Amino acid sequence: MTQNPYLWLIPTLPLAGAAINGFLGRRSSKRAVTTIALAFSGLAFALALWIAVGFSSGAAPYIFNLAHWIRSGSFTVDFAFYLDQLSLVMLLVVTGVGFLIHIYSVGYMSEDPSYYRFFSYLNLFMFFMLTLVLANNYLMMFIGWEGVGLASYLLIGFWFTKDSAASAGKKAFIVNRIGDFGFLIALFLIIQHFGSLDFTKVFAQVQPIAPETAGAGFLTAIGLLLMVGACGKSAQIPLYVWLPDAMEGPTPVSALIHAATMVTAGVYMVSRSHVIFERAPMALTVVAVIGTLTAFFAATIGIAQTDIKKVLAYSTVSQLGYMFMACGVGAFSAGIFHLMTHAFFKGLLFLGAGSVIHAVGGEQDMRKMGGLRTYIPATFGTMLIATLAISGIPPFAGFWSKDEILWQAYQSNWVYWLIGLITAFITSFYMFRLLFMTFWGDYHGVQVDEHGHSSHSHDDHGHGEPHESPMVMLVPLMILAFLSFVGGLVGIGNHFQHFLDPVFGSGEAAHAGETAGRGVELLLMLVSVSLAALGAILAWVLYVSKPYLPQKIAAALNGFYTAVLNKYYVDEIYAALFVKPLIEGSTSILWQGVDRKVIDDAINDAADGARHVSDEVRHMQSGNLRSYAGWIAAGAACLIAYMIWRGVGQ
Amino acid sequence: MSVHLILFLVFGAVCVAGAVNLLAQTHPINSALSLITVMAALAGEYLLLGAEFVAAVQVIVYAGAIMVLFVFTIMLLNAGVEERTKGSRVAVVIGIPGMLVGSLLVAWVVLRHSGTEAVAAGALPGAPKTIGMLLFHDFLLPFEITSILILIAIMGAVVLASKPAAPSGTTGKVQG
Amino acid sequence: MVPLSYYLVLSGILFACGVTGFLIKRNIIAIFMSIELMLNGVNLSFVAFAAHWHALAGQVFVFFVMVVAAAEAAVGLAIIISVYRTRETLNVDQVNLLKL
Repeated sequence: MTQNPYLWLIPTLPLAGAAINGFLGRRSSKRAVTTIALAFSGLAFALALWIAVGFSSGAAPYIFNLAHWIRSGSFTVDFAFYLDQLSLVMLLVVTGVGFLIHIYSVGYMSEDPSYYRFFSYLNLFMFFMLTLVLANNYLMMFIGWEGVGLASYLLIGFWFTKDSAASAGKKAFIVNRIGDFGFLIALFLIIQHFGSLDFTKVFAQVQPIAPETAGAGFLTAIGLLLMVGACGKSAQIPLYVWLPDAMEGPTPVSALIHAATMVTAGVYMVSRSHVIFERAPMALTVVAVIGTLTAFFAATIGIAQTDIKKVLAYSTVSQLGYMFMACGVGAFSAGIFHLMTHAFFKGLLFLGAGSVIHAVGGEQDMRKMGGLRTYIPATFGTMLIATLAISGIPPFAGFWSKDEILWQAYQSNWVYWLIGLITAFITSFYMFRLLFMTFWGDYHGVQVDEHGHSSHSHDDHGHGEPHESPMVMLVPLMILAFLSFVGGLVGIGNHFQHFLDPVFGSGEAAHAGETAGRGVELLLMLVSVSLAALGAILAWVLYVSKPYLPQKIAAALNGFYTAVLNKYYVDEIYAALFVKPLIEGSTSILWQGVDRKVIDDAINDAADGARHVSDEVRHMQSGNLRSYAGWIAAGAACLIAYMIWRGVGQ
Repeated sequence: MSVHLILFLVFGAVCVAGAVNLLAQTHPINSALSLITVMAALAGEYLLLGAEFVAAVQVIVYAGAIMVLFVFTIMLLNAGVEERTKGSRVAVVIGIPGMLVGSLLVAWVVLRHSGTEAVAAGALPGAPKTIGMLLFHDFLLPFEITSILILIAIMGAVVLASKPAAPSGTTGKVQG
Repeated sequence: MVPLSYYLVLSGILFACGVTGFLIKRNIIAIFMSIELMLNGVNLSFVAFAAHWHALAGQVFVFFVMVVAAAEAAVGLAIIISVYRTRETLNVDQVNLLKL
């Protein structure tokens, strides 16, 4: 394995950039801030490339130990970095897509007064994400885990003067914390059973343990708790509610954090812990079920949304569900493959949406768009490529990875495959719906004059009629479009999976049935492609050729339509079930009861008691000579008695 | 029953009677005269113990100077019969029992430990010469300090008791 | 032959009378006189012990006590005179401004 002593620079360079921009950025020029931000993240990307180029695939991962951290008896944790094929893939995705989004943000955020703060936070996020990906042990990973949650909070609530943005940031952080709690308990269990948090040590100890097929043992517990953490971070049922709200943040944030990288941390973590999951079949089943259900559920919500970013948000939740489905059936490398391609096309979709929003002056409601393909052709072109990719149309990237997942799911249990198939149909439908509503038909939007405001101006950059974005925003779009086109080709002949084999071992079912099920695989491929095409055609019919139809259908399915439009009222249910009782309980029990009555009253009563005592005692100071004499006489008697008792008289 | 004992009891009785009378009288001048009798009787006690110098000093200084000072003050201030005011319940309720307890305790200790050794009459002759030797040799420092003390007392008394300044408006000149 | 304890008991009685006087009396001069009575009782104790232990220092101490008593009486009476001038009363219960 290539020894690379510069591995630790990859996370720390963005940290340096964040610090410099954070402390000095306010008084620096925009150009200086840009240079710092791009330089440090670009350097990190360059280093990652260099490592990738010199990467020789061996069996053992490379561990670089930077410094000691915890030395507590036999329990040790170090600041150490871990490089193997899996972390290399994640590294390239994070630094590559991250760098592209940095470039895009230069153009997108150019008129924002807090320009420097944005880049500081963005670099900070890169630092934490890279720590998470390159961590050698669960505790370092947890640092990165929490840190990306923090960065997400900071960036979602970037425009914190807006109530909805601040609340969305809080919601994201709190829901994440619930997942983190599960993760933390899993860590405790790991320490308890294996005495260490290092990947190598833990997995070496887990290897000889037989799979817990008989019942649920501690490995299942660890697996389930890790999955809780993953549900929080990667927005799966039941903790997905923060992701749609997170669209309050600037669009580059949505692209980077809530599409390409942060939300994939859960998938990465599950894949990294595959040794544990493979020996806990119940946990693995739970993972698959959650993933499948989430994929379907989120896709159905996406059909009815009218905000362009919300559609993409639910699409992200759905695609993450696919990744978990893959992990759940044991096809971890397929999940990582889809993670990679998803980063490309979802990042592209979000950046393109940002470009669209920029063009129409801050409007995000698709019903007020339309016909934009004449105004912003470059954006349209890239968005088309991305939509084809996500719908799974060959030869674009999404097809290869999604099909690999469906094939693996079919081999495990055809129910997964069926639901995944239907979800693919729905995905294709709503993505093309987005495309057609935005780029076809007539432009329904408002003509915005110079620096005017339209109703939804979250990202307000409008000037006159819809216009194309500057090159600094278009170039990343084009690069990502290229990657969405060719990115899937590494999956042909299972090259990608073979690359990841040293990580996941040959315990995958795929290799056994690789050549045997060739025919079935091709048949399934055909089925999914045709369904994707069907979805696209249906969207064409409903939104281009017969645009009056959607309203009629919505009226016909009124109850169901309203439910879907309101996201099945999940947020309201959570509010009623958890949030309200919690607030009520905190107010009446903890605040009024404990804080006021017990703690405050204890102190107040102590003070009052002191005052009453002194009120009584002060009567001794009566100003009357004779009473003083009386007290003296009594006191003297006491002293004499004490002295006699003590034996002075003896 | 030796003469010593009888004399002791006589003088002792006079002491106690005088002390009780001091408490019982309401006019301070009567109390003062009772105190003088107590001091005279005590001088007798001292003589029984052989402390001649002390007895003489008692009569001359204590009874002859200090009590005279008291009498002068009583007359100067025209002190009358004491009014019965309800001043302090504490003094009576807590003070008297406290005092009783204290005294009884001390008495108990004293009686337990002092046995029945007798003090002979005139056991230790306290001749002026010997006392003088002690005063000016062993106790020279306290002696000199007391002289300073007396000086300070004189100054204090003069300042405190002098009449206030001439009535031209300056207040607070002599305020107790 | 008089035992030492007799002298001490007499001294104690005088002292107790002095304390009682201090507690009971309302005229401030009478209270002062009670103090003198207490001092006298103590003097008797000193002399008795001096005779008992053949230590003449006890009598010297009585001498000092008397000196201090004299000084104290002088200053105390001067204070009483000033108090009388301002408060017009010799009743100690009426001189109670120093209360909380």
